[in-house]
Amino acid sequence: MASSPTPVRTQMIEAREPPDQRRGVLGWLRANLFSGPLNSLVSIVTIALLVRLLWPFLEWSLFDADWLGSSRDACSGDGACWVFISARFESIVYGFYPEAARWRVDLVFAMLAVLIAWLALPRLPAKPWVGLFALVGFPVIAYFLLVGGHFGLMDVPTREWGGLMLTLTVAVVGIVGSLPIGVLLALGRRSTMPLVKGVSVIFIEFWRGVPLITVLFMASVMLPLFVPSEIEFDKLLRALIGIMFFWSAYMAEVVRGGLQAIDKGQNEAGQALGLSYWQRMGLIILPQALKLVIPGIVNTFISLFKDTSLVLIIGLFDLLAIIRAGLTDTDWLGFAMEGYVFAALVYWVFCFSMSRYSQYIERRLHTGHKR
Amino acid sequence: MSEASAPRHDSEPMIEIKRLNKWYGDFHVLRDIDLSVARGERIVICGPSGSGKSTMIRCINHLEAHQQGEIVVGGVTMTQDIKRIEQIRRQVGMVFQHFNLFPHLTVLENCCLSQIWVQKKPRREAEKTAMEFLDRVQIANQAKKYPGQLSGGQQQRVAIARALCMRPEVMLFDEPTSALDPEMIKEVLDVMVELAREGMTMLCVTHEMGFAKTVADRVIFMDQGQIIEQAPPERFFNEPRSERTRTFLSQILGH
Repeated sequence: MASSPTPVRTQMIEAREPPDQRRGVLGWLRANLFSGPLNSLVSIVTIALLVRLLWPFLEWSLFDADWLGSSRDACSGDGACWVFISARFESIVYGFYPEAARWRVDLVFAMLAVLIAWLALPRLPAKPWVGLFALVGFPVIAYFLLVGGHFGLMDVPTREWGGLMLTLTVAVVGIVGSLPIGVLLALGRRSTMPLVKGVSVIFIEFWRGVPLITVLFMASVMLPLFVPSEIEFDKLLRALIGIMFFWSAYMAEVVRGGLQAIDKGQNEAGQALGLSYWQRMGLIILPQALKLVIPGIVNTFISLFKDTSLVLIIGLFDLLAIIRAGLTDTDWLGFAMEGYVFAALVYWVFCFSMSRYSQYIERRLHTGHKR
Repeated sequence: MSEASAPRHDSEPMIEIKRLNKWYGDFHVLRDIDLSVARGERIVICGPSGSGKSTMIRCINHLEAHQQGEIVVGGVTMTQDIKRIEQIRRQVGMVFQHFNLFPHLTVLENCCLSQIWVQKKPRREAEKTAMEFLDRVQIANQAKKYPGQLSGGQQQRVAIARALCMRPEVMLFDEPTSALDPEMIKEVLDVMVELAREGMTMLCVTHEMGFAKTVADRVIFMDQGQIIEQAPPERFFNEPRSERTRTFLSQILGH
């Protein structure tokens, strides 16, 4: 070595800029897809497979598809005939809801959209009040609007509900109901009071141990056996209660996972400061625990949303059921592909939105640092 | 509130513990503890790990339940009644080994939370009090940060401020410097020394013997769940009477 290192550093080294690591498109391709013979081969085969598999679908669904028209005559037969969907669009959205009253559904949709947007966009003010309205005021208004029978609105029995509006009703009620019940069950399961704990455990294990289809069958067939016949329970209401309880059991276990991850020092610090049990849970433990399990909660929401399609087995016509019903229309035989692809797309859009929003909220709530 | 139901007499001890016994399952952690702490008294508790010193001070604000004996804090006798327990907790502040700040709240919010929810103060007033105490522990400039953005020493100072915001009569310190890097211990001890000078009643579990020598009125040595020896610091360090105390002191001071 030419010079030995100095025994004592007298001059401190200034921080320097990192070297330039931008590579451009070609640089990225070379580094990631074609970095060696094997890597290149794998890349080429994968791309070829993707093109080979996706191209026919794209041709069928987009390039050769028929978009315009109002009857079967508009379908050329080369690709998908989306006229099937547009011709039946009204019934896909509203089911059998009477045409004259559909503005009520539109109004509820619009309010729901505004509320969700308001709560989701960080800039808008008065979140607590809007949230309170969304949980207390909105359900009441939506109930009177959708069911009718008061204030001069025509009565629309729930057997006339259907399509996307039914799917959204079941999903929203399920989501809004199952989270708070799930949180209470999770807290109950960790309670030191044996009775509270026992009831919670039994409730959770019962609902988790039964398939949702069974729950729905029981709700529609067995419940009438137990309640006196004068009381007529709406079929939709029974399904809603079943779905809410079923998913709240799953939610409880997701939330419990979060509760267990919180250091017990957090609870002790709250106790030492004189906070009561509900204050500690509401202000310290749950905000942290729920944030930890956002992925699990949204995962449950997504499952719930998709499983609303099971209500078709008790004779409710949700989005999927109404599309299936359309397939048996003699004017439109043979359009099953279009129907199912469209149904899949609608479900996917809703579920993917939830997934993206949850990732966004996770980043936003991240205070960046543990303890 | 607590003042009304607990008349103050300066002659009356701040904390009175009589024949306290506690078991974890079959394990007898605290054995016949008798301890009386006067108002303004500063006590340092030391002893080997597992000797029950943390458990003892955690019994004082009922983070641990005891099975036998009596604890009276500021004239309020501890029972299983949650109202009683909360009445005692309002008089007692606590600082933990691992700080236990609330990571989802800013430093300022950490200090305001219990003022707002327990003392029912308006937010503005709570923030004013919080800033006063943050200023006293010299960390007011970090008020808007989250705990995770601070060093260990800074976090522990925030934790002290958070406890002081409730204007407690007694402060319990449970190994407040044990989780800190050596270079941060001093900044926390300085705050504690300052607090002791102002006349706060303090019970401090620590191995910082320098701190004990500087501020303690009394040093307590515990082993196997019992109080082995208690004495003013000069006597405790210079002429310990128990063999066990001598062994312990030689182990922690010996190098």
